[in-house]
Amino acid sequence: MLNLDLAIRRGNFELLARAEIGAGVTGIFGPSGCGKSTLLALIAGLLRPERGYIRFANEALVDTAQALFVPAWRRHMGLVFQDGQLFPHLSVHSNLRYGYRALRPSERRLAFETVTELLELTALLERRPAQLSGGERQRVALGRALLYSPRLLLLDEPLASLDQRLKEQILPFLKRIKEETRIPMIFVTHAQAEVDYLADQVIPMTPGRLGADPAPQG
Amino acid sequence: MWLSPQEWQAVALSARVALCATLVCLPTGIGVAWLLARRRFPGKFLLDALIQMPMVLPPVVPGYLLLLLFGTQGPIGGWLKAHFGIVIAFTWQGAALASATMAFPLMVQPVRLALRMIDGRLEQAASTLGAPPWRVFLTVTLPLATPGIIAGAVLCFTRSLGEFGATMAFVGNIPGVTRTLPLAIYSYTHVPGGDAAAMRLAVLSILLALVALLTSHLITRRAERLLGYRNHAEP
Repeated sequence: MLNLDLAIRRGNFELLARAEIGAGVTGIFGPSGCGKSTLLALIAGLLRPERGYIRFANEALVDTAQALFVPAWRRHMGLVFQDGQLFPHLSVHSNLRYGYRALRPSERRLAFETVTELLELTALLERRPAQLSGGERQRVALGRALLYSPRLLLLDEPLASLDQRLKEQILPFLKRIKEETRIPMIFVTHAQAEVDYLADQVIPMTPGRLGADPAPQG
Repeated sequence: MWLSPQEWQAVALSARVALCATLVCLPTGIGVAWLLARRRFPGKFLLDALIQMPMVLPPVVPGYLLLLLFGTQGPIGGWLKAHFGIVIAFTWQGAALASATMAFPLMVQPVRLALRMIDGRLEQAASTLGAPPWRVFLTVTLPLATPGIIAGAVLCFTRSLGEFGATMAFVGNIPGVTRTLPLAIYSYTHVPGGDAAAMRLAVLSILLALVALLTSHLITRRAERLLGYRNHAEP
């Protein structure tokens, strides 16, 4: 489904990644600072690799050899940030609809009510992000990404900023999303337990490396 | 009301000039502030310096330069007159141009700061939800910069109300045409028996400034609360 082989350097940090990621939930598991967020930003289209390629379902998203780069807004992938990144000036309702309302009705794979019920957001719709608790914010962020009907859902440590009690609240939601929507997910975390609970496939990450070292280029 | 017709004329003219100057500075100021806050390009320092220049120069200097450029003999003024029959020098539109030039840096600075304060990851979040750059700008960047834009517009408006030196140099002090509030005050202090009129207009200027600052304070507070920058319990 997703094939990548790339390299990026940011300051002193270098990330080399090569992987073939299938459907279902893929857990990418590694210590903090090993480049997990960088990897997701590359897949989402928020960063450009120095060299290499990313292909999704046989469509090239990046290929430095052909000077090809599809920007984030054309990739149709959802990204849930560690701290939610809800739009502070919009209500929960408008946050949820941000990606959804620009889709053609035929592209909407989930109904608005389905997602708000699944994530138990119905009572929060009129609130603003500043009036939400950490766990509620993260649920809204998940709902916002889901309503965009992404081809692939990228989750960047979505539980890291929550305490144990909230983690245990959100994890079942993620499992329900997995079982009820069948949207493929890449779930990045440094917590072994989350990977065990959710992932169908686990790829370990060491600092600056994902998968086998890429073959020398050229 | 307690103002004479001539005094009213000066007040109305000032309001019109300041409003036009602000309307010109708003879109251009937001554009330039965005360039300075978000883009890297050669000559950026020069653009920045050019925009800040009116704040550090004696105001007559920009006024004089405007006269050289936009006077009927000047390169731009001459061209406008020959092709469109438009004359800017010594008209109220010229006063608005002089005010806009002087107030422009005051528009740019707060907007630029506001743009720099925005967390870039919010804009990234919008783009991962399928929003093309223009939609990100209109629905995320611009609303989040609202407090800075309001502050800039109010500063721009009040600075335009008070513009004196550049206006005098560029469009003169013609009663009913270019004699704005500060020019009227200046003129009244030079005629015998004009003290009372000068005082009335001075008091009016102070009141206008207070109202503008209060309005900006209230709008900014409301905007900050809506954006969640301000806690509800805070006074």
